[in-house]
Amino acid sequence: MKYEYWLARMRGISAKKKSLLRKNMKTAEAVYYIEETQLNQLEFLNEKERNTILQAKKQGGPGAEYEKLLEKKIRFIPWFSEEYPERLKEIEDFPYALYVKGSLPEKNSRKAAIVGARRCTPYGEKYAVDFARMLAGCGVEVISGMARGIDGMGHRGALMSGGKTYAVLGCGADVCYPKEHIGLYADILEQGGGILSELPPGTPPLAHHFPARNRIISGLADAVLVMEAGRKSGSLITVDMALEQGRDVYALPGPVNSAMSDGCNLLIRQGAGILLSPEDLAEEWGLQGMSKKAACQGLSEDEKTAGKGYDGGGKKDSKNEKVLETKEKLVYSCLDLYPRSVDQVAAETKLDIRTVMELLVTLELEGYIREISKNQYIIARC
Amino acid sequence: MSFSTILSAAIDGLGVELVRVESDVSNGLPVFHMVGYLSSEVKEAGERVRTAIRNSGFDFPAKRTVVNLSPATLRKRGASFDLPIAVAILESLGQISPEAAGGYLITGELGLDGKVRKVPGVLPIIMEGKQNGITRFIVPAENRSEGSLVSGVEVIGAESLRDVVRILAGEKLPVNREESEIEDNWEEDIPDFADIKGQENVKRAAEIAVAGGHNLLMIGPPGSGKSMTAKCIAGILPEPDMEESLEITKIYSVLGMLNETSPLIRKRPFREVHHTATRAALIGGGLIPRPGEISLAHGGVLFLDELPEFRKSVIEVLRQPLEEKSVQISRTYGNYRFPADFIMVAAMNPCPCGCYPDRKKCTCTPAQIHMYLSRISRPFLDRIDLCVEAPRVEYRHLADERKGECSAIIRKRVSRARKLQKERYKGTKITTNSMLKGEEIKYYCALGKRERALMEQAFTVMGLTARAYHRIIKTARTIADLSGEERIRENHLKEAVGYRVVDEKYWQG
Repeated sequence: MKYEYWLARMRGISAKKKSLLRKNMKTAEAVYYIEETQLNQLEFLNEKERNTILQAKKQGGPGAEYEKLLEKKIRFIPWFSEEYPERLKEIEDFPYALYVKGSLPEKNSRKAAIVGARRCTPYGEKYAVDFARMLAGCGVEVISGMARGIDGMGHRGALMSGGKTYAVLGCGADVCYPKEHIGLYADILEQGGGILSELPPGTPPLAHHFPARNRIISGLADAVLVMEAGRKSGSLITVDMALEQGRDVYALPGPVNSAMSDGCNLLIRQGAGILLSPEDLAEEWGLQGMSKKAACQGLSEDEKTAGKGYDGGGKKDSKNEKVLETKEKLVYSCLDLYPRSVDQVAAETKLDIRTVMELLVTLELEGYIREISKNQYIIARC
Repeated sequence: MSFSTILSAAIDGLGVELVRVESDVSNGLPVFHMVGYLSSEVKEAGERVRTAIRNSGFDFPAKRTVVNLSPATLRKRGASFDLPIAVAILESLGQISPEAAGGYLITGELGLDGKVRKVPGVLPIIMEGKQNGITRFIVPAENRSEGSLVSGVEVIGAESLRDVVRILAGEKLPVNREESEIEDNWEEDIPDFADIKGQENVKRAAEIAVAGGHNLLMIGPPGSGKSMTAKCIAGILPEPDMEESLEITKIYSVLGMLNETSPLIRKRPFREVHHTATRAALIGGGLIPRPGEISLAHGGVLFLDELPEFRKSVIEVLRQPLEEKSVQISRTYGNYRFPADFIMVAAMNPCPCGCYPDRKKCTCTPAQIHMYLSRISRPFLDRIDLCVEAPRVEYRHLADERKGECSAIIRKRVSRARKLQKERYKGTKITTNSMLKGEEIKYYCALGKRERALMEQAFTVMGLTARAYHRIIKTARTIADLSGEERIRENHLKEAVGYRVVDEKYWQG
């Protein structure tokens, strides 16, 4: 295996040529002990690639490196391994090998990728969590890239309902990027999910790694859900890959004037599936029956009622729900998932600033709204 | 022709030390000798004094002249000893009778022609002299009106050395300067709150800040009028009482920043500091410590625009003065304590580009925002009671023809609230609500049952820290004072919660 690992982590030779090389020589071990004359006879390699191989041979024994890999508890799964995901092999340029911390996605389960912008709005965050929570609750495995914004929220949502989720990184599987997601990284592993990468351990997160890892995200999944994406978002690369690979694409519609939903709306226009609600998707995928119950698993009573949104005081069926006063309703109705300032609320409601401030604080204390930046409010996430 | 002594004074930091100027003229080699731990500008006084005496028409015989400034351990600086030295020499020469100059404290700089020029620090000198039982002062004519702010003493302004000799001879000089009460023209150059469109919440926060002496932080996108609002704050500061006025004037007097015609500062200062300011410029310092901007803002407002652009080390030195209301500066020449009781008003953008949390416009990455916000430390934020968002100016604000409340009305409310606080804290060291601490908060800001329940809810829901909790209660106390109520009510607390300093989570970007 150590020779396989040596071959897999060799840089400068494409996965295809590596496979060809290995096929020619029968084993990776043979590749390692190849004679220069013999190497020169292989016509599919050019001069540079031959040199690369000779260089790689000179650098230390493959044994030591493999030991290190085992020490890090990272599994090395080359494409011809039994464990290598079948689905991934269907794609054009599947990775030569995967490095996995934790587990690999189940063979027979349904898998969905949740992708979107790093710089997202609370709107995107909310629905990334909602959809992931529903999917994971129904036993669908959620795949994403553990980036800031939508990706992270997708993982979080899946973790909330106790599901397994898999992160495909643009760096070594032992590198946590972005750093602030170290908690998420640990949680994913703890709940039986996995951290995947096609890059050898220790590889730093470089910009050009990310577009490439997107093909793995879509490749592993059956469908790709885009939560929020600008017109030039990297998520659209994932969508392109997904379409090439023949995966289903869904997009979450957003306001037409929101730059962060531009890409999504465009996708819908081009024929992507439209995400109306987690329940709607569950029905489409035939997940009903378990959806609602499962989606709300692990949630407290409070969150469940809050999740339905606020629909006008008295109609609430829950007993500990307070009835809001007219003015509070008025203020609440001014807010949505895009932040509004005190000043804007005051202008809209025609109430004076002190009253508005008091009402906003009241609503905040009751948990209906959140202050996401100084004096900027949104309705609370369920 | 013998020994004589004249009383004068030296400024040391903001304090005053009385100095005796002794002179002795005797037979011997014709030398002019000055001793007494003098800085070079004082040593140069010798040349000025000799020439001025001669040019004023007096004799200066070629004799051995020795001048000593005592106490000899105190470093003397500045040109304010010229006049007392000249008078002492003239007395030694017998041009002035020893009895005449006895009870006077004299200060002033001399020109070569014998004219008396103005010097800084006349007000504190006279105040200190009065405390030491001195009742008669001769000061430069230009400083006379400043000196006459002290009641119960006789302050005479002198135009020239000749004048001084005539005064000491018992002559009454014609007063050619009319005492004119300068009109209160202090609103002239200050923008009025009525001219600011929208920004109601910022105005309200400013009102609360000034009423209770709370520090205020404004967060908002560029061009939202944060600086303009801050400048308006100068217009709602309550008028200082006489004691405070004199204290402020004293500081400006030492730095020579007083207006000659109306020296008394009748309005609280508003100091704006640019973010390139050094530590010494801000808190005071130098080889010979001089008060800095925070002392110039004493009794008034210190405005720090673009707070995160300040060097971190500069912001951090503000922590101690904000807590202690004065600043201690230690240098080789000694320890100095300058007063620094000011309201700090700071302004900043929410992120480097200024548009956060508007994701349609903001181009900053979370890491950038974090970097930007982390320039302001937690302990510094802990000293700010009020935080408010200055919203972007929208078209409806500009189109709004209605005039807002004018500064004068707001000032009245503020003054009333200040008066309430003054009565409440009579006999204690506290002057404003912002100075309350621990036990005092419990005593002066007692909460009812419902109010306590509300605070408990806020504490858990918003994850407040103990410090934030106390700040909210102090702010609520001020809000209650503004509406003239003795009890803090729920709506006061809620408003205070709305203006609380953003929590940890936001502060991490």
